[in-house]
Amino acid sequence: MTKRLVGALITSAVLTFGAGGAATAAECIAPANPGGGWDFTCRQIGKIMFDIGAVDKPVQVTNMPGAGGGLAFGNVVNERSDDTDLIVAASTATTTRLAQNAYAGMTADQVRFVGAIGADPGVIVVAADSAFQSLGDLVEAIKADPGSVAFAGGSAVGGFDHMKPLMVLKEGGFTDITKVKYIGVDGGADAITQTVGGFTQAMTGDMSEVVSFLSNGDIRVIAVLTDERVPGFEDIPTAKEQGYDVVAVNWRGLYVPKDISDARFDEWAGKLQQVADSPEWAQAMADNGLAPFTKVGGDFQSYIDGLVADIAALSKELGVTQ
Amino acid sequence: MDILANLAIGFGVALSPYTLFLAVCGCFLGTIIGALPGLGPSNGVAILIPITFTLGLDATSALVLMTSVYYGAMYGGRISSILLNIPGDEPALMTTLDGYPMAKSGRAGDALVLSGVASFVGALLATIGLMLLAPSLARVAFLFGPAEYFALYLLAFCTLGGMASNNQAKAALAACIGLGIAMIGVDSSSGLPRLTGGNLHLYDGIDFLVAIVGLFAIAEIFFFIESHGKGSSIGIKLDKVTIPWKDIMATKWTMLRASGVGFIAGILPGAGASLGSFLAYMTEKSIAGPNGGFGKGAAKGIAAPEAGNNSAAGGALVPMLTLGVPGSGTTAVLLALLMTLNITPGPTLFSERPEVVWGLIASLLIANFVLLAMNVPMVKIFVRILMVPAWVLLPGVTMISFVGIYSLSGSYFDLLLMIGFGVLGYFLRKLDVPTVPVILGILLGGNMEDALRRAMTLSDGDPMYLFSSPIAIGFWIAAIAGFVAPMFLRGVLKKPQKHPTDGPID
Repeated sequence: MTKRLVGALITSAVLTFGAGGAATAAECIAPANPGGGWDFTCRQIGKIMFDIGAVDKPVQVTNMPGAGGGLAFGNVVNERSDDTDLIVAASTATTTRLAQNAYAGMTADQVRFVGAIGADPGVIVVAADSAFQSLGDLVEAIKADPGSVAFAGGSAVGGFDHMKPLMVLKEGGFTDITKVKYIGVDGGADAITQTVGGFTQAMTGDMSEVVSFLSNGDIRVIAVLTDERVPGFEDIPTAKEQGYDVVAVNWRGLYVPKDISDARFDEWAGKLQQVADSPEWAQAMADNGLAPFTKVGGDFQSYIDGLVADIAALSKELGVTQ
Repeated sequence: MDILANLAIGFGVALSPYTLFLAVCGCFLGTIIGALPGLGPSNGVAILIPITFTLGLDATSALVLMTSVYYGAMYGGRISSILLNIPGDEPALMTTLDGYPMAKSGRAGDALVLSGVASFVGALLATIGLMLLAPSLARVAFLFGPAEYFALYLLAFCTLGGMASNNQAKAALAACIGLGIAMIGVDSSSGLPRLTGGNLHLYDGIDFLVAIVGLFAIAEIFFFIESHGKGSSIGIKLDKVTIPWKDIMATKWTMLRASGVGFIAGILPGAGASLGSFLAYMTEKSIAGPNGGFGKGAAKGIAAPEAGNNSAAGGALVPMLTLGVPGSGTTAVLLALLMTLNITPGPTLFSERPEVVWGLIASLLIANFVLLAMNVPMVKIFVRILMVPAWVLLPGVTMISFVGIYSLSGSYFDLLLMIGFGVLGYFLRKLDVPTVPVILGILLGGNMEDALRRAMTLSDGDPMYLFSSPIAIGFWIAAIAGFVAPMFLRGVLKKPQKHPTDGPID
């Protein structure tokens, strides 16, 4: 046991201070500190790629936190744009920030998005004792008096958690979105605390953030923002079936540098597809509250383009970008 | 009886030789991480997370290791505060105020042992509090909305005026500099960057570790160079470590009160341990009055912040485990660790995964006793690390600070920023402006602003919202009293000068 610990200490020291040693092994950049969603993406996908033989050496994970992923994005665009052995963890937050020009002028077309293999479904939540029984109740209340409902979410104003209720409201015919109250707090659990405490009337976030509160009976999920009901949560209605055609999920995926060859891009797409099809990934998704959501290759790139355009338009309307 | 049965489960998990070994390793690593400026509990835990992956540790073992590091860092932070006047991490900031003067007057050993005992008392009481009260205390977080948080931070700022400075205007100036620095970064209430000059490195704001290392350690280097080592404050002698029973007995009520204050501050999601040690120190200072000798090496001035920050560290685990809401920066990292281990903290954790929760509580108790042993009889080991001559120590500390900060962000920008803070710290010291309020401004200012902005969003800009609950009003009254009272009391309280260690005042 001691040997293992010492070995691990040395390994981590090497990883921390001597990054870049092994030139041939693939590297996955997690643009955040260890422990977050992007870190999870890199470590799980990297591990499974090696375990199923998609890569012949273990994928090395580098944490590059800063500016909500902006530092890593800048590093890839400016310094490593032809690195064929580099993959970078990404999620909806990446595209939201790109759409809002929050990466100091860098744009989504400066990298290539390989694919997403799993997503955390968006949810709209109210306290268990709330008068709102359905998404319709909530939308109608806001239409009648926009000041009467405040949302809390784990992302800053203009972040994806803020966008979710706005998309629903627009779909429901309410267009004066700057009137909608939203406060950004420190994470989904904090947002639930504020909602259960009665300081805000609804919470907007991801399914994985609300599960333990749901089984405790503190909250009710009035809508999940997916195409179909989520396996394991069949009693939660989708927004779509309540008449609001909104799909908003926090996908987990990868991007690669722009200047690699098409052949290499397709190779990465193939490896990612292999991971998506593996039982190991199915298990990892189930363990972490992710729903299946596989879009790989060119298919994914067009999805990203659409998403960026949508969020950019909404952000402009909201006033968070010019 | 339930608790005893649960605790038995916990010790069953935590008392295996392997987990005990991990606890000892964690305590030792944590103490060193805490003692080294530039490495605090939150980045210490963050750096070590990949190890739990590499080792393939199961959930309980990983938690034992990480919480031992967490508690260890809380103990270790005081060592460099006392011996070097450089806080080892942000919760140890307040310990410099009395710990260093006491060490300078030749009682470094006493200061270390006393603060070690205070840490133990604070951490032990907090762990017991966590054990007995966690599920019911979790509901406290539901009572705190933006208005209540704003009033709480306001209370902290209103008592700042009484900080250890001869000149209150300078303390206020320093706090304003800190507040200004806290404004840098993406504003969470509008999503727009502020004062960043378009530089991506500034989007996340300024890490207070960078500020602490710059203002204290780097500034110290500049002084050292300027005076060729003569004007430097480094060079405390430590001969024999004895147990100062008299000081410990004299501060027993201080430790208990500070543990209480710290625990409550820890439970509230927010600034966590730093706020806990600050409020504990200011409470004791106001109880002792102007003649308590605070700021000059008072025993109570050492016991209060240490009991406060360790107890807040335990308190911060309450919202993390029961709600999944981190009460401090370090618990945010621990929370992330839990998620990667596939444990979702929340209201159901205590019933669904009792072996994890009670194993954790048992290992906290074990870690506490291990740490008491490491930090009282064996404190010399850690001290020896810091006892090399100043001309070796200072560059060494600086180098470790640079490596520590660089390993966090991987960017040279933070290093430049750190040097910038060093220059700022040098000039502030030349001008006799205290640097502690600068850090407090950075630590608490951002949180206070967020709370105010959220309150204004919810109330459509109606300021009366800030007084809308009994809790908020209570904090407002305390804040106003804390601000105004010293002005009047100073004239009234003309008691004869008392020696700071003379018997308990209450």
